[in-house]
Amino acid sequence: MARKAVATKVKTQPNVPELTNEQELEAYREMLLIRRFEEKAGQMYGMGLIGGFCHLYIGQEAVVTGITMASEKGKDAQITGYRDHGHMLVMGLDPKGVMAELTGRSGGLSRGKGGSMHMFSNEHRFYGGNGIVGAQASLGTGLAFASKYKGDGSVSLAYFGDGAANQGQVYESFNMAKLWKLPVVFIIENNKYAMGTSIERSSATTDFSQRGASFDIPGEQVDGMDVRMVYDAAKRAIEHARSGNGPYILEMLTYRYRGHSMSDPAKYRSKDEVTKYRQERDPIEQVKARLLETGFATEESLKTLESEIRAIVTEAADFATNDPEPDAAELWTDITIEA
Amino acid sequence: MPQILMPALSPTMEEGKLSRWLVKVGDKVKSGDVLAEIETDKATMEVESVDEGVVTELLIAEGTEAVKVNTPIALVLAEGETAAAAPAAKTAPEPSEAPVVVAERAAEAAPAAASVPAAPKFEAQSDPDLPAGVEMVEMTVRQALNEAMAEELRRDKDVFVMGEEVAEYQGAYKVTQNLLQEFGPERIIDTPITEHGFAGLAVGAAFAGLKPIVEFMTWNFAMQAIDQIINSAAKQLYMSGGQVHAPMVFRGPNGVASRVGAQHSQDYSAWYSHVPGLTVIAPYSAADAKGLLKAAIRSPNPVVFLENEILYGSTGLVPQVEDFVLPIGKARIARKGADVTIVSFSMGMRYATQATEKLVAAGIDVELIDLRTLRPLDSDTVIESVKKTGRLVTVEEGWPQGGIGSELSARVMEQAFDYLDAPVIRVTGKDVPMPYAANLEKLALPNVDEVIAAVNAVTYRS
Repeated sequence: MARKAVATKVKTQPNVPELTNEQELEAYREMLLIRRFEEKAGQMYGMGLIGGFCHLYIGQEAVVTGITMASEKGKDAQITGYRDHGHMLVMGLDPKGVMAELTGRSGGLSRGKGGSMHMFSNEHRFYGGNGIVGAQASLGTGLAFASKYKGDGSVSLAYFGDGAANQGQVYESFNMAKLWKLPVVFIIENNKYAMGTSIERSSATTDFSQRGASFDIPGEQVDGMDVRMVYDAAKRAIEHARSGNGPYILEMLTYRYRGHSMSDPAKYRSKDEVTKYRQERDPIEQVKARLLETGFATEESLKTLESEIRAIVTEAADFATNDPEPDAAELWTDITIEA
Repeated sequence: MPQILMPALSPTMEEGKLSRWLVKVGDKVKSGDVLAEIETDKATMEVESVDEGVVTELLIAEGTEAVKVNTPIALVLAEGETAAAAPAAKTAPEPSEAPVVVAERAAEAAPAAASVPAAPKFEAQSDPDLPAGVEMVEMTVRQALNEAMAEELRRDKDVFVMGEEVAEYQGAYKVTQNLLQEFGPERIIDTPITEHGFAGLAVGAAFAGLKPIVEFMTWNFAMQAIDQIINSAAKQLYMSGGQVHAPMVFRGPNGVASRVGAQHSQDYSAWYSHVPGLTVIAPYSAADAKGLLKAAIRSPNPVVFLENEILYGSTGLVPQVEDFVLPIGKARIARKGADVTIVSFSMGMRYATQATEKLVAAGIDVELIDLRTLRPLDSDTVIESVKKTGRLVTVEEGWPQGGIGSELSARVMEQAFDYLDAPVIRVTGKDVPMPYAANLEKLALPNVDEVIAAVNAVTYRS
């Protein structure tokens, strides 16, 4: 099957924005945590410890990392679809709680009742973790509505994929967001495949940054494999939304290395395509190379960091393996709130 | 973990073929490197290394079929680790012993399944006592709903109303009349015609702490939004382990209108009453409309509030008290009686009430119950009544299969079987899409004569 060339066009600034060394290191750490966490989740799925669906974020780490770094943590709201583990880790949710939710244990963020696709945190302003493709676009617009209604100055960051970008409610949301100048940034994580259907086979136009054109919503196509580009574009978009100019669209050109979910046969794309991304565009390797080049980090210091992250992930996995399943009485709790 | 195990690729996979090794003994691997390809009847997948190390031994030959999940397939030793550190590898379990995890989990699941804890019982509260000599004011259901919203909008600034034509137009059915004038366009919001989108937007706003009242011009149009009502609003509290909830009201006219055909005439009572996490209210009288809508707006749960277009103009007495709030989940005994129980709600109450008048005149002592709330359903009131009368007739506009009457029949059969002196009879809308022609529409609806006939049947009079 013929595939589109790997090279992606990028319409953002020709000059690559710089991050400080400290920011680079932070980005490296966050992305590595996601990568190692997801690898472990994949392994635990293989061992039968995680059930049902499990959508890994491997390859797309720069997107949520760059955006979150550009946001105000604890103030700006984030909401995404079902490929959500990375979002939670970067937003500061406890890796143990995330992993224990994946294994369906009582210490999981949703007490084992949500699973991989349904985790939330009012404290961190993370609103899921949504399993219905495209629903988060409307919900995220609602978070922005609440922000404007209360006048709290927060911005809503609503992520969805290239697949969801063809859902009707996304455009209903674009319309209202622009009409009411709601502070929302729509982040389209274009990883080229809606499950197993390539964007060329599913979308009449594949420049998703322009999907808001008929609502006059500005959009940018961004190299989502380069955390510097993501951060820079996100700063611009968030500032636009926060200053009362309404919504903004960021199309993140990214790539997932793993299948759509764990049971993905991956027959719809070539091995070469995946390999090329991993070898030439990997978001983590890019930062690592720069850190070593500037001398801000050494092989040795990065190794130490790596083992710190491995320890976090191992601790999360151990917790998620040994934590008990929810008490049977949990079956009947949290259905409604007693008034 | 030096042992690499045969992974499961889906919740149902038990074994697979190890089709190809992509590494050989002596290779250094790091996490993310592909070690092998495995195949099932569904898919070909890659096994990636999670840890760093050296491939020390390949335990399963390339091309081996039916390798059980969790069988060790290779040994990868980390720097400084020796094979001795992994004694398990030397005594690799037989494939038949391999799916240890699966077996353990099945064993764990068994006792849990055997003892499902009992569902907590819902205890309905009684209506508040009205002060002696309270003034009763006659008003339409429409006015009652309008007052309820206005009072709650005054009380709580987080409450807002959104929907099509709720503001400038003053409401397609004038239920939101004058709200824009009093509360302004920030709180009374005209939306585009975009039910799916604005329902989702309102749910998101509720997650963030607001208390939206979403008006659907009719519940028929809410079919566009039902995903957000059920998947986002109703399930949110549960799947977040109690963290995030959606305190909001979805309201609008439900049920059969008049001569508007199949797509605009439908009763959604049973649909929404099916869903845990939702509260479903369907009032008949003006007082109930006011007291229950106020309760719905204050509820921390998502409430589906089913009004009825034909009842908007009907009048009733509403007590003029400072803050008239009725309990959600409590049926109202509209008439006490001893011979037969008739249970209905919303527009069905009109047929039931008229039938009751005729039946009482004919000497039958009818007990008439208005459910008012459909979830949580006040079984106790119905069961207690049936224990007294031994007979039950249910009346609703909705379709018969899986209807509210069906649910009541089941509950009465389960909880009061020995008290029944006759089979329960359901009077419902006919099992057809709503026709347009005046005569056919009339035939499709339940009517007073059908209720009377049902009561005659269960009381063995003919």
